Amino acid sequence: MTTRKHNIQPSSRRDFIKLIGGLTLGFCLPGSRDATAAGATIADANAGVSAAFEPNAFVRIGADSKVTVIAKHLEMGQGVYTGLATLVAEELDADWDQVSVEGAPADAKHYNNLLWGPFQGTGGSTAIANSFDQLRNAGAIARAMLVSAAAGQWGVPAKDVSVSRGRLIHAATKRNASFGEFVVHAAELPIPTDISLKQAKDFIYIGKHVPRKDGKAKATGKAIFTQDIRLPGMLTGVVAHPPRFGSTVKGFDADAALQIPGVVDVVSIGNAVAVLGNDFWSAKKGRDALIIKWNDSNAFKLDSSEIMAQYNILARGPGAIARAEGDADTALRSAKKVIQAAFEFPYLAHAAMEPMNCVVRLGKGECEVWNGEQFQSGDQMALGQVLGISPEKIKLNMLFAGGSFGRRANPASDYILECARIAKAINGRAPVKLVWTREDDMRAGYYRPMFYHTIKAGLDAKGNLIAWKHRLVGQSIGTGTAMEAMMVKDGIDHTSVEGASNLPYQISNLTVDLHSPVIGVPVQWWRSVGSTHTAFSTETFIDELAVAAGKDAVAFRLALLTKHPRHVEVLKLAAAKAGWGKRLAPGAKGEKRGRGIAVHESFNSFVAQVVEVTVKADKSYKVDRVVCAVDCGIAVNPDIVRAQMEGGIGFAMSAAKYGAITLNDGVVDQSNFHDYRIVNISEMPKVEVHIVPSAKAPTGVGEPGVPPFAPALANAIAAATGKRLRKLPLVLV
Amino acid sequence: MVQISVNGKMIALDVAPDTPLLWCLRDHVGLTGSKYGCGIGLCGACSVLMDGVSVRSCSIPVSAVGRAKITTVEGLDDKVAKSLQAAWQKLDVSQCGYCQSGQLVSATALLRKKRNPSDADIDAALSGNLCRCATYVRIRAAVKEAAKALL
Repeated sequence: MTTRKHNIQPSSRRDFIKLIGGLTLGFCLPGSRDATAAGATIADANAGVSAAFEPNAFVRIGADSKVTVIAKHLEMGQGVYTGLATLVAEELDADWDQVSVEGAPADAKHYNNLLWGPFQGTGGSTAIANSFDQLRNAGAIARAMLVSAAAGQWGVPAKDVSVSRGRLIHAATKRNASFGEFVVHAAELPIPTDISLKQAKDFIYIGKHVPRKDGKAKATGKAIFTQDIRLPGMLTGVVAHPPRFGSTVKGFDADAALQIPGVVDVVSIGNAVAVLGNDFWSAKKGRDALIIKWNDSNAFKLDSSEIMAQYNILARGPGAIARAEGDADTALRSAKKVIQAAFEFPYLAHAAMEPMNCVVRLGKGECEVWNGEQFQSGDQMALGQVLGISPEKIKLNMLFAGGSFGRRANPASDYILECARIAKAINGRAPVKLVWTREDDMRAGYYRPMFYHTIKAGLDAKGNLIAWKHRLVGQSIGTGTAMEAMMVKDGIDHTSVEGASNLPYQISNLTVDLHSPVIGVPVQWWRSVGSTHTAFSTETFIDELAVAAGKDAVAFRLALLTKHPRHVEVLKLAAAKAGWGKRLAPGAKGEKRGRGIAVHESFNSFVAQVVEVTVKADKSYKVDRVVCAVDCGIAVNPDIVRAQMEGGIGFAMSAAKYGAITLNDGVVDQSNFHDYRIVNISEMPKVEVHIVPSAKAPTGVGEPGVPPFAPALANAIAAATGKRLRKLPLVLV
Repeated sequence: MVQISVNGKMIALDVAPDTPLLWCLRDHVGLTGSKYGCGIGLCGACSVLMDGVSVRSCSIPVSAVGRAKITTVEGLDDKVAKSLQAAWQKLDVSQCGYCQSGQLVSATALLRKKRNPSDADIDAALSGNLCRCATYVRIRAAVKEAAKALL
């Protein structure tokens, strides 16, 4: 890794910084501080400050030497607070224990996701990738200013002042001081224009182990989630959603609800009726006592089986071309062996452990929100429209999210607007906490879309793969949202075909096309998005082709991956660590065991997994072991990379074994964890994660651990039983 | 008015008798460490100790608590619990963290009874505590780590 120069324009902000007695790089302090006197001073000072400093609003160092890293990304379990702090601490040479993290306010000028242009938000496994240079710079600038300040005070050359674990040191004169001793002086200095970043060999935190910053709070019940917010005078809102998507409220009888002690008000917000109570239980009893007439005239009323039947028909005709090379039809006609298969994927709910919730406080011309905030710019815009407030007047407090898996980055800001509408319906007379029950959360939609795939492929006489025709049918996530222009090009929503249109295998004649039917069931990205289905169809079918060609599944893939060295490396690594090619220990009497492999790139990271499975006499199966190899560039926090692979595998296993949201006459069948099961500890296999050493820029790890699991499992089941399962969830009959 | 013992203190609550213990703790006592996840005793995020046994507080009406001693994650302060919390941090078990209070409550109940639990013991004691982030590999390792530290 080379050292790079970064130019930052100088500025003078020393006056207001003196006021708070601390060094603040950049100007935007988190919303939670605005209420303090110092916060108000800062906000006033901000008004006249040059915008040139804005990208560095990430570090605050107090006179007590406490280093606060301002995290622009949502901590939803993926470890990003720790990752962002690692980047700053590395270049600041801070002691890990002096660093704490707080969530950034909504302010896209300072905190935009650099991979999303001017938009602030978290998703697509981009948090570390887009912050890697930015946050190291922020740390390096702080370090350089502290060094200059110390050198000035000590009357020694800056080059002779070193920094180690939070101490400024001048060895020759045996001086040794804390950061706090120089924050006032450092704040008076111009911001340096010439910053060097460390070389990889000098890293003390990146690539090493540091404990998670949220570990203690989460092990002691002290971490604060949206569910835990209680404001003075706050009311809890529990809503009655319509039974079908697209229904509206025709009328309601709230008499019984209002009789319940603790129930304060009942309001209609158009497509739902909300009961407001002094506490959750009163509000929920009130909600359950409502009598509502729904207008179903525009409601969606199909069964999921009817949707799949429609997709099946659509798949008979060509769709919009996502990728076309050579002439697949002609090649198929000349093939020695043609194989085809169809794949079915159900709707999936995110089912984060913390059901969706939100707190909204309305004031005059302003609004404050407490939320596991994942999509700041979109939510500000949507709230602004509904409330008639300019978006920047909407203050978003980003709290820990009890999981999200994509759900809290909703392009329609659905649950946030619902809460805002309730607060508006009571004229903002009290802050409102919207709490969805598990059943509300399960049935409110925004699912991973249903998909139907067909793949047809041809092998020549030597078993070479000469043609591949892949057709996908499923709802577009982007269409009809504010993201449509960005996500949908020439009839192709990239998130529908990602993982299929960039198939890495070398095939001369290849077509990938797509139908994007419009269906009245709300859909959304779900951890690893398109790759949740494309990895399955491509990686199980390539396996099937290997068998048809009489070749080993790994060797067959490797021969087709000549232009994709990173796929090759993780594939070889996973295979080697799993003992690919060696005989599996046999199972007990009546049991069959099998091993399967899959490799997939998503979000610029490369993951291969080998799954070992035991199929029992009763056709149930148990995943015994998963060996995972990942190349995510530089692993900033290797232990968090491992944790994301472990968790991604478990998350994928719930979907592979059980996951399905089905509809009956438009009504969602599932309601809670008994009929939308997620795996428990007794089902979790041994997981081994191997990280490819890399000097490449870091890429994401939140999602890429998910896609290879289900295909590797299906391939393992096929190896054990000879049965190819092509419908999710994977059930042997 | 109903009186219950929470973390060693008697607390008087003016709530409907059918109010689940979970919502008494969260909305009325102000202890938010126990989480709402499913409301029907399926996920374990609301787990608390009732006379030392891990129970689902979302499914116990406050009127059924009687004289039982309730301990929430905030009240876990014995050697076993501390050892588990230390292991949880050492192995960086938590991801989103929402279920972890419940996991720790159930793990505490297990380790108090069985100082050297097997995988099967851990599975049996914790299979009612779901983790959507699937931190199970580390939960198992952390329970063992804590058990080792207590020997």
